[in-house]
Amino acid sequence: MPSPKTSKASPLHTVAPIALRRRITDHVMSGVAVLTVILVLVPLFAIFAYLIYRGVGSINWAFLTQTPKPVGEAGGGMANAIVGSGFILALASILGVPLGVGAGIYLAEFGRNRFGDVIRFTADVLNGVPSIVIGIVAYAIVVLYQKHFSALAGGVALAIMMIPTIARTTEEMLLLVPQALREAAYGLGIPRWRTTLSITLRTATSGVITGIMLAFARVAGETAPLLFTALGNQFWNLKVNEPTAALPLQIYTYGLSPYDDWHRQAWAGAFVLIVLIVTAVSAVRFAVRRGTFGAA
Amino acid sequence: MAFSALPRPDMLAPQPVEATKVSNLPPAGKHPAPPLRGTSGETGDRLFKFAMLLCGLAVLAMLGLIVYELVLRSGPSWHAFGFKFFAGHDWDPVNEKFGALPFIYGTLVSSLLALLIAVPLSIGVAVFTTEMCPAALRGPLSFFVELLAAIPSVVYGLWAIFVLVPLLSNYIQPFLSTTLGWTGLFTGPPYGISMLAAGIILAIMIIPIISSITREVLMVVPQHQREAALALGATRWEMIRVGVLRNARAGIMGGIILGLGRALGETMAVTMVIGNRPEIAKSLFAPGYTMASVLANEFSEATGDVYLASLIEIGLALFLVTIVVNALARLLVWTVTRGQPSRANA
Repeated sequence: MPSPKTSKASPLHTVAPIALRRRITDHVMSGVAVLTVILVLVPLFAIFAYLIYRGVGSINWAFLTQTPKPVGEAGGGMANAIVGSGFILALASILGVPLGVGAGIYLAEFGRNRFGDVIRFTADVLNGVPSIVIGIVAYAIVVLYQKHFSALAGGVALAIMMIPTIARTTEEMLLLVPQALREAAYGLGIPRWRTTLSITLRTATSGVITGIMLAFARVAGETAPLLFTALGNQFWNLKVNEPTAALPLQIYTYGLSPYDDWHRQAWAGAFVLIVLIVTAVSAVRFAVRRGTFGAA
Repeated sequence: MAFSALPRPDMLAPQPVEATKVSNLPPAGKHPAPPLRGTSGETGDRLFKFAMLLCGLAVLAMLGLIVYELVLRSGPSWHAFGFKFFAGHDWDPVNEKFGALPFIYGTLVSSLLALLIAVPLSIGVAVFTTEMCPAALRGPLSFFVELLAAIPSVVYGLWAIFVLVPLLSNYIQPFLSTTLGWTGLFTGPPYGISMLAAGIILAIMIIPIISSITREVLMVVPQHQREAALALGATRWEMIRVGVLRNARAGIMGGIILGLGRALGETMAVTMVIGNRPEIAKSLFAPGYTMASVLANEFSEATGDVYLASLIEIGLALFLVTIVVNALARLLVWTVTRGQPSRANA
């Protein structure tokens, strides 16, 4: 490297060129950053590729329409688990969505104070409670009273997980609605409750639905809270008070079993589950992009 | 945003409705200000606020309920063992002797191992996406990383059993034991199912969380910090180190702790690959057991009050640890992104 001292320096050249060591460090660190991206993307692609490879190869009509065969027997499917998952998720949504949206409305419209901060912080902390612990609580408050495992207990567990997420996203979306809109409504003499429901909430609909769908997608794949609430079932069940099969539970049981055919079905189940979740998330992204509020 | 909101037809809809309502009222005459809706609006408002307050209180009630049930149901175990529960090595359901130490050890070691792997990678990805990445690549890249977060835990577990575990036992474990066996951390038979497998799958699962929060924190670092560093003649890396990372370290720390909280409570994927044996072994090739895994495996089959109460007490301990960890993380992230709603957990 030529030293700047050798030539008679004009004022323009008094700034020393960046030292070689610093330039090398710069390039090395850029390389490291690119390397980390590759290292993170490789498992992602590996998981997706393997999932599609095994899933597509394993799925068939029987899998989607039949109930499980007895242990060790090949064939059968997870139709009851797919429907059971939908059933438990419907229960969870019925319980969780109104409460979550209501809590979000409270936080956005009435909760700009210390008490609102307490609820906000509680919701954030609840978001981080391990799902298995939520399962214990659902077991304690539903299963112990009913004296048996049930779809309802599973629904309660998942609802408890949905509420904090929905509350926080609903709040964020309502806060994006311009204040002038509310004031315009008040100016027309519309009561506050009517303003909130018909104008604020309606304006923020696409964002609120995004939040609900994200919470839904998050709990759709949950296994841990269903282990000792919904328990699983080899047969059809659509009764609230009976143990019910769920797709994630079935994947878990089959994945750990020693039978090749069950492994195949576990992959098919995982594929169906991912397709359902990714469809939900992409639908949401699409809806948000063409909706009014694109800030989700 | 306000502009795009205005032309929506549903926005304008209420106006004519209200207009007709107003015109239907009897002419004002002597009364200068007729009550438009009487007092019904006020009552409605009060009822509405009360109903929404109940929903808000439900959030508090849920936390209260979790604490109440866990404390109440773990009573028998607390009375039988006291503090020794957390120091005991034995887990013997037959003789009703319970100690949680192996599970606490397994949870801590697997989570720390996951952090060790995930933190450098996540920060690298966040730095790349915010500071170096071409704009066209930024959207797809963060979408893919978010997609990782959408995969259910049980599917990670399935992948780990069928791909990661064979990979470990055939290639990675033999390699590690020949090169690093002298440390004592990588000794023993390479079965694949091990603490190491649990740590790796946990790392893959928490990378999206840490990197998305780090990205969020890096993006709120003021642009003039970067410009100032560059104006002083810093290279890009020096600018990132001095101008960006140093300013964002509290928030990055928050993201890391949030990832730790997730790793501590993660159940299914870990249960499927950690081996589920309540032992404390120095080698990462040995099987272990975590607090969440023992709950997943034994809770529905627990017979006897003390057995069940012991499991619930493990749940209570797990709950308290994650609450503290999460609260700490939230506070750290809040100090950095204060005033801007956080979307990291959505």
